[in-house]
Amino acid sequence: MDFETTKAQRAAASTKIVIAGGFGVGKSTLVGAVSEIDPLRTEALVTNESEGVDDLAAVPTKATTTVAMDFGRLTLAEDLVLYLFGTPGQRRFWFMWDDLCRGAIGAIVLVDVARLDESFSPLDYFESKGIPFIVAVNEFDGVPRYPAEEIAAALALPADVPIISLDARDREQAKGALVKITEYALMRLRESLTVNAN
Amino acid sequence: MTPPHEPEDEGYRPRLIRSYTLTAGRTAAKVELAMEATLRLQAGAEAPVLSPSAAQVLEVCDRRSVAEVSALTKMPIGVTRVLLGDLIEQGLVRIQATINDSTSTDERLELIERTLRGLRNY
Repeated sequence: MDFETTKAQRAAASTKIVIAGGFGVGKSTLVGAVSEIDPLRTEALVTNESEGVDDLAAVPTKATTTVAMDFGRLTLAEDLVLYLFGTPGQRRFWFMWDDLCRGAIGAIVLVDVARLDESFSPLDYFESKGIPFIVAVNEFDGVPRYPAEEIAAALALPADVPIISLDARDREQAKGALVKITEYALMRLRESLTVNAN
Repeated sequence: MTPPHEPEDEGYRPRLIRSYTLTAGRTAAKVELAMEATLRLQAGAEAPVLSPSAAQVLEVCDRRSVAEVSALTKMPIGVTRVLLGDLIEQGLVRIQATINDSTSTDERLELIERTLRGLRNY
C-alpha cells in the first residue's frame, strides 16, 4: 500500500447498488436502461452443493456449474463510478448475494404485481441483513395498476420502505429509482447517527 | 490486508476446473477485492514475465472494476481475483478504495452524498 496516500486516494472511487427481484421481472432491462455501457456478464464457479463459490476443496465427483451476474456502469464524476449488479435469481445461488451486497449503498427490489410472491425472499434477505432497500413495481404494458398501499400491505413492507412504480425500460424512471434508494440510504444512515448520539 | 484464509491455500487442492490451472490451483486472492473495486496500473512499475492469463488481466484492468476485468477476460470472478491479487502483490496494480467493513460512518456518508449528487446530474 502507498504510504503517501492522499485524502483523494482514500475516498471511495467506486460503489454499487444491487438490483434484485424474481426471474424475468426486468432486472437486466433496468440495468441496461441507465448503464453507459452494454451490460456485462461475470460468472462465478459453483459446486452443485452450493456450499461456496469457487470452492474446489471438493471431492472430484462433485460437479460444478456457473452462476452469471449481469452488471452495468455509470460514471457519476471524474472520481466516482457506480456499478449496478443484478442478482442471480434462483434461490440456490443466494450465497452469492453476500458477495454482491457487501459494501453496497442499498438495493432496489423489482416487483411484478402478477407474481408478488417472488419478491418475498429478496425482501426477507435485505431486511435480515439490514441493507437499505426500496420496492419498485415494474409496470409492464397492460398490467393492472394497484395503489402503492395495497402492494405494500400485500408484501408486508415495513412502513418506512419507499415504494415506487416505474417502467424499467425508461432511462429517466430507472434513474429516478437509483436516486430514491440513494436518498433513502442516506436518510437511514443519518437517522442511525441521531439514534447513536442520543 | 492479510486475509484470514491464506493458510488453507497451502494444501493440495484437486484441479477440477481448467481455469484454476491459470492460478496454480489457488482459489483465494491475497487481498480483499470487492466486485466493484477499481484497479489502476502502478505508474513506472516494470512488468516481470507474466503468464498469458495474468498479462491479459494486466492489459485490461486499468480504471476498470474487478467485475469488468472478469467479464472482459471471460475468466470466472474467483480466478480474476486470484490473478489480480498477484498483480497487486507484485506492485504492478493498485486497488482504489471502496466501502468495506472498516469504512467509517463519515466516509460512508460522504460517498452516498457524492453518489446522490452524481446521480441527480447524470
